[in-house]
Amino acid sequence: MNPTRTLVVAGRVLRQLRVDHRTIALMLVVPCVLLGLLAWIFDGTPVFDRIGPALLGVFPFVVMFIVTSVATLRERTSGTLERLLTTPMGKGDLMFGYALAFGLMAVLQAVVASAFAIYVCDLDLQGPVWVLVIVAVADAVLGTALGLLASGFARTEFQAVQFMPAFVLPQFLLCGLLVVRDQLPSVLQPISDVLPLSYAVDAMNEVAAESDPLAGIAPELAVIVAWIGASLLLGSLTLRRRTP
Amino acid sequence: MNHVIDIEGLRVVRGGREVLPNLSVRIPSGSVVGLLGPSGSGKSTLIRAIVGVQVVEAGSVTVLGHPAGSPALRDRIGYVTQSPSIYDDLTVRDNVRFFARMLGAAMDSAERAIETVDLMSHADVLAGRLSGGQRSRVSLASALVGEPELLVLDEPTVGLDPLLRRDLWRLFHRLADGGTSLLVSSHVMDEATRCDRLLLLREGHLLADEPLPALLDRTGAADAEQAFLALVDVAEETAR
Repeated sequence: MNPTRTLVVAGRVLRQLRVDHRTIALMLVVPCVLLGLLAWIFDGTPVFDRIGPALLGVFPFVVMFIVTSVATLRERTSGTLERLLTTPMGKGDLMFGYALAFGLMAVLQAVVASAFAIYVCDLDLQGPVWVLVIVAVADAVLGTALGLLASGFARTEFQAVQFMPAFVLPQFLLCGLLVVRDQLPSVLQPISDVLPLSYAVDAMNEVAAESDPLAGIAPELAVIVAWIGASLLLGSLTLRRRTP
Repeated sequence: MNHVIDIEGLRVVRGGREVLPNLSVRIPSGSVVGLLGPSGSGKSTLIRAIVGVQVVEAGSVTVLGHPAGSPALRDRIGYVTQSPSIYDDLTVRDNVRFFARMLGAAMDSAERAIETVDLMSHADVLAGRLSGGQRSRVSLASALVGEPELLVLDEPTVGLDPLLRRDLWRLFHRLADGGTSLLVSSHVMDEATRCDRLLLLREGHLLADEPLPALLDRTGAADAEQAFLALVDVAEETAR
């Protein structure tokens, strides 16, 4: 790995995104529309204040998972990956280049979605906004890392899109959003304790409830970062210079 | 004579089929070597083995003195895949510059490469908006940056108009005169006349490895296609 080449990959991914105005608009607008709908249908009840922060962690995770798994699959099928692997580029340069580029997009998405939730939908947040943005970015990079890993197992873009429900929906069901985690059936609790999205949602809930949440969410962030590292490592193993 | 590529007893199996059973060949430096054969003869597989992206069952492939795929080779070989491997959502210039940055080459080398493939007028157009022939020239330009010592080109002239094809072959010889070694594959036998030396491949076996005049002399054929047919006949005769 080499920092210059990692930045070259990240710059190229952002340059490709810049051309695609529709994808950028979707990444920024869709979370706001969904949050707005949610606040509207639960108007006058405490539900939005309860699940709103958690959703601010789930959206970047889901969006980055899809975008990354499709983008890297395109890289595999277009032959550019084979070509890149004959150049001095390291596998880590590619993985971290993608993570960096989509991480930057995630900062933008988190800022826009959080601002919309707080100022337009009146989300009640005890903790500071910047901590919320940090958690959202960690969730987004987690989505990117898992998306990179998932794309290693997909042969077509149809498969890549199907991996979204396969990788993401079980985590969504078990993350504490629908049923509080310690009220889950006893068999499912340990599974929920392992999956990374549970920690993303826990961290968001703490940011919503505590005025000084940073120390409290450190363990959750550590688990998320460990998952990011493990996924990137496993993902880079699926990148082979030599193929059959 | 110096050799840029030295292959000994190469065996490659793809999808359960033995594509290259046992191939040995040496490729001289500083010339344009044509790798000719019908589609399915193993040309792309051989090229993939040379650039080090092919899983190999047996044999050795030595390129510029190193085992194929060594890290030491990665900024010394330019590789153009059969279908253009470029980013459709980047402009021509951004594509070529990206590969230049990857190799640590200067930005003016990217400009020169675009100039060389005659795409300056389209430098700021998205690659996805170009024709097939133009896209394959972007792919070629991306391999020219950084002035590699060895260029390995898989069917670079397919689908190009005759004028452009002639220009590209002139470019290949200009590069060879400057000391670059080129291996160019094609399934069009007519392109034999453009090469300094020919490798004729059929079903993973090498039928010929010599300059065109020597091949015509040996087979008594009028052109490369006739020579190829004559050699296939001889090969099947001896197999019987």
